[in-house]
Amino acid sequence: MSANQLPLWEVFIQPKTGAPFQHAGNVHAVDKEMALQNARDLYTRRMEGTCVWVVKAEDIVSSNPEDNESFFDPADDKVYRYPAFFKVSKKVKEL
Amino acid sequence: MAKDFLYKYVLALGDDALILGQRLSQWAYKGPFLEEDIALSNISLDLFGRANLLLEYAATLREKGSTADDLAFKRNERQFSNHILSEQPNGNFADTMVRQFFLDSFYKLFFKKLTESKDKQLSAIAQKSIKETTYHLRHSSKWIIRLGDGTDESHEKAQSAIDNLWMFTNELFEMNEIENKMVAQKIGVDCSLLKAGWDQIIDEVLSEATLKRPENTHTTSGGREGIHTEHLGHLLSDMQYLQRAYPDAKW
Amino acid sequence: MIVKKEKLFLDKIDAGLKIEPKDWMPDKYRNHLIRQISQHAHSEVIGMQPEGNWISRAPSLRAKMVLIAKVQDEAGHGLYLYSATETLGITRDELIQQLQTGKAKYSNIFNYPTLTWADIGAIGWLVDGAAIVNQQSLRRTSYGPYSRAMIRICKEESFHQRQGYEIMSKMANGTPEQQEMAQDALNRWWWPSLMMFGPHDSDSAHTSNAMKWKIKRHTNDELRQLFVDRTVKHADVIGLSIPDPDLKWNKKRKHYDFGEIDWDEFWEVINGNGFCNKERMKNHVNAHEEGQWVRAAALAYVRKTKNGG
Repeated sequence: MSANQLPLWEVFIQPKTGAPFQHAGNVHAVDKEMALQNARDLYTRRMEGTCVWVVKAEDIVSSNPEDNESFFDPADDKVYRYPAFFKVSKKVKEL
Repeated sequence: MAKDFLYKYVLALGDDALILGQRLSQWAYKGPFLEEDIALSNISLDLFGRANLLLEYAATLREKGSTADDLAFKRNERQFSNHILSEQPNGNFADTMVRQFFLDSFYKLFFKKLTESKDKQLSAIAQKSIKETTYHLRHSSKWIIRLGDGTDESHEKAQSAIDNLWMFTNELFEMNEIENKMVAQKIGVDCSLLKAGWDQIIDEVLSEATLKRPENTHTTSGGREGIHTEHLGHLLSDMQYLQRAYPDAKW
Repeated sequence: MIVKKEKLFLDKIDAGLKIEPKDWMPDKYRNHLIRQISQHAHSEVIGMQPEGNWISRAPSLRAKMVLIAKVQDEAGHGLYLYSATETLGITRDELIQQLQTGKAKYSNIFNYPTLTWADIGAIGWLVDGAAIVNQQSLRRTSYGPYSRAMIRICKEESFHQRQGYEIMSKMANGTPEQQEMAQDALNRWWWPSLMMFGPHDSDSAHTSNAMKWKIKRHTNDELRQLFVDRTVKHADVIGLSIPDPDLKWNKKRKHYDFGEIDWDEFWEVINGNGFCNKERMKNHVNAHEEGQWVRAAALAYVRKTKNGG
């Protein structure tokens, strides 16, 4: 059954130059060439992108939501990473 | 007289795109997988867009008030001047891809030359068509390679398609009086000069696909003179049905 | 442990947060989604057939291109939705099998035939119109991939309804033969379109869980009423009449009252006895089987080149 299944690729689209890539969904394709063409046909019919990335789904590494507490929370109390943490006199420009 | 030649020249190019677009659009919901359905309809939309531009241009050269739709839906079998290759039936996926590959290779070379046309409209249409055709050729040539060098079954089907469709390819490079006149006026393309380039593209891809040129290289033509295969009549009776059945109606 | 996980899950839902593929979810939720999303996907794909039927005969170049683009969108929507379903742990092959063996259903509306060009207008106007009412509601569904697919689909869907309405409008204002064709199409597609919203709320087995889990955001009857209210006005503008003698504006409710649906027909068609059920499936199976050698060739080629062959 899976002998007949075309591999799965995840698709990322850059909406305009300089913008971050966004996950758009996935496509089935046999090779890179087909994956790019299918991604283009499926996700940019309405001029929604300037660049397309395709990655084999099996190559994507994901964090585990069950580990979210240990994975993400330690960032929670490090507020000094945000500019708003610092008081700056209004007289100082461009800081 | 000159206008009449230009009209016929543009009309033929419009017919090429129209008939091939019509063939490809018949693959809707019948593709080997959904993604390919979308790819084929994309190509068909490009071709209809091109046909529309060319037929609209031709209509302006004809008589006042004439439209692209008049040309598409109200002419009969002997008035269509498309290449015979375009009207060949879809057959199986290999037949369609081989037909497409032969034509895409030709159009890539043809439209590149047509961008140099002194006729601004044709030059502009050619610029647009180059972008589309480049994509079409990537798609069809990749499929020839996959099919030729895939399984025994796909190889056999691809070779069979090549053997059957080869005879319609020579017409692409033939020149008639109208085309020669257009070349003399630096409006048209001398297709006879494109053959070497076309042979190169074909041979490269066939080689990578482990496919061969056919043994029998008999050729046939006549499309530009309105001498078609029997397929065109059926294609037209289907395509033109509504306009013919309701001549007073506007759609 | 499961109880705690289930509580967290329900809290998320109640807070209006999205559930994502790797989150824990109850089996019932997962299965409900697989059923609902895949059936939506199958509907898009089967829906390509009644409309694809008229591509080659479209009466103008513009109408033809618009119709091809619409059918292409439907293939695309099918793909977005298969894509979302596959995040739930089922493969495309299994989904196709479920469709072809009748295990999974698709929207009944596509089991009706497109007899004339006006049917293409009616489908765009009514069927896509009904789908839009349904889909807008689903943009806020709780499952992330489904919600994102629906947002994408809704953006693309609005031209579909306009395409259909434009066709009906042109015909309703055309020759007597065109007017007759348009009215006839409306007569045949009106009631099946109302049936698209499913059984009455009181008769629907799946609705309560779907509402609790915020998969479904409005009930069948609510959506059906919304559709009727909108569409009657469209018909008035172009001078076509809705084939329902009981249709009447209700001043108190501020909605249209309308007649009772023929539920016998509804269940007959769902159970496989519609006009085109067999044909739709046959076409789908044929395309899939005829495509086998092509898919096999593509896979074989990739394996060869990977092995340096």
